[in-house]
Amino acid sequence: MDFGGWALPVNYGSQIKEHESVRTDAGMFDVSHMLITDIHGVDAKSFLRYLISNDVNKLEKHGVGKALYSGLLNNEAGIIDDLIVYLMPFGYRIVTNASTEAKDMNWIRQVATNYKVELFNRRDLAMLAIQGPNALKKVSSVHPHITDNLEVLKPFMAFEANSFFYARTGYTGENGLEVMLPREEAAGFWQFLIEAGVQPCGLGARDTLRLEAGMNLYGHDMDETINPLACNMDWVVDLSDESRDFIGKKAYQLAKLASDSDKQVGIILEGKGVLREGQKIIIDGAECGTITSGTFSPTLKISIAIARVKHDVGDKAYADIRGNLEPVRIINLPFVRNGKKLFE
Amino acid sequence: MYTADMKFVDTHEWVRAENGDEVSVGITHHAQELLGDLVYVELPAVGQTIKTGDTIGVVESVKAASDLYSPVSGQITAINDAVVSDPTLANSEPHTAGWLFKVKLDDIAELDTLLSADKYKSLIGG
Repeated sequence: MDFGGWALPVNYGSQIKEHESVRTDAGMFDVSHMLITDIHGVDAKSFLRYLISNDVNKLEKHGVGKALYSGLLNNEAGIIDDLIVYLMPFGYRIVTNASTEAKDMNWIRQVATNYKVELFNRRDLAMLAIQGPNALKKVSSVHPHITDNLEVLKPFMAFEANSFFYARTGYTGENGLEVMLPREEAAGFWQFLIEAGVQPCGLGARDTLRLEAGMNLYGHDMDETINPLACNMDWVVDLSDESRDFIGKKAYQLAKLASDSDKQVGIILEGKGVLREGQKIIIDGAECGTITSGTFSPTLKISIAIARVKHDVGDKAYADIRGNLEPVRIINLPFVRNGKKLFE
Repeated sequence: MYTADMKFVDTHEWVRAENGDEVSVGITHHAQELLGDLVYVELPAVGQTIKTGDTIGVVESVKAASDLYSPVSGQITAINDAVVSDPTLANSEPHTAGWLFKVKLDDIAELDTLLSADKYKSLIGG
């Protein structure tokens, strides 16, 4: 399928088998379409402290390689994109989405004009995500020279070795790595990982895995019209340093004060069918929310969804599935972490 | 796979004569391949009258929902409970054990208007 101009496989074989390999063993995704941008320059830190909602100030106490998830907000606190930022020896590295590449870079470059920074898009790098309970072990078998590093690598930390960058991050709710590497070496690394028993997975499994893990997909669960309060991204807006100004801060604080923002919840289908994006959530005949991502959960064998609903919605509702009102249960996200179901 | 005893429609359902004017209906191997792992099927009720081209149910995979179209006109005489409880039957054996429902045809001559196996194969580029 076409994904932000990139031709990507939805599945290599059975999507459910790919999904299960990540929950129980190890699977890998070619996520080279995501955009890696390196930020150099004396103002790199002050630039990022203003540009994004989370505060890169807290990276330093963990040292080089520490990663932070953040929102990239507009002045109205709508979400332009979500990203991961890494503290690097030269400054910072950010990883943003492919489908938002043009608008992200326009925005970031415009903000950067006021700072002494240089931005380098790293299309010379490929990126593979190897995820699952056995992911680190299998990467270690392919790259024995980093076995010791992997053994002590903490979640949301990264290190570099022989021009490969290994980060303990991911988008599946499982342990795993995201590896950035010279693109000409990607095919060889992929082949070695296959030989080590890592299952190639497509965008389809990536979507069901992240949905079970309660993780947002840009353009579906959040976009420029949605503020962080309405998509469970409140925790990546850091207000702890009151003196720090950042884009969208005032609008976000106002929305927070109003305290009637929509909220994001998990939906479990108790009736028949499959929950899909766009279906309405109904209580007492009135519409009170919308499903932003829905699927059949291969781990739980039921249909689940992420929805944005009114702030006072309780734990029971109906989903309008092609005109039929089917009962649903409303829970706090996520549904699954580290192979385990997280709700009763 | 697309055998001479089967007829087809361009919405990727197949029809096979069972006995007299009763036929069984399912989705084609090609359709199940496009949809991927099936997780839910919704079928018409026994006794329901259906008309050619009507939307009469839905077939859903992990990645997509697809309407099910009636390939013929008649009355539903049976549905395949096995495929309702395990939709992957329509992946593994789409032309045999994964049949969806049976229909008593209004007019048995309607079968002659459907696509032959060869025509269907050329439609899907096989």
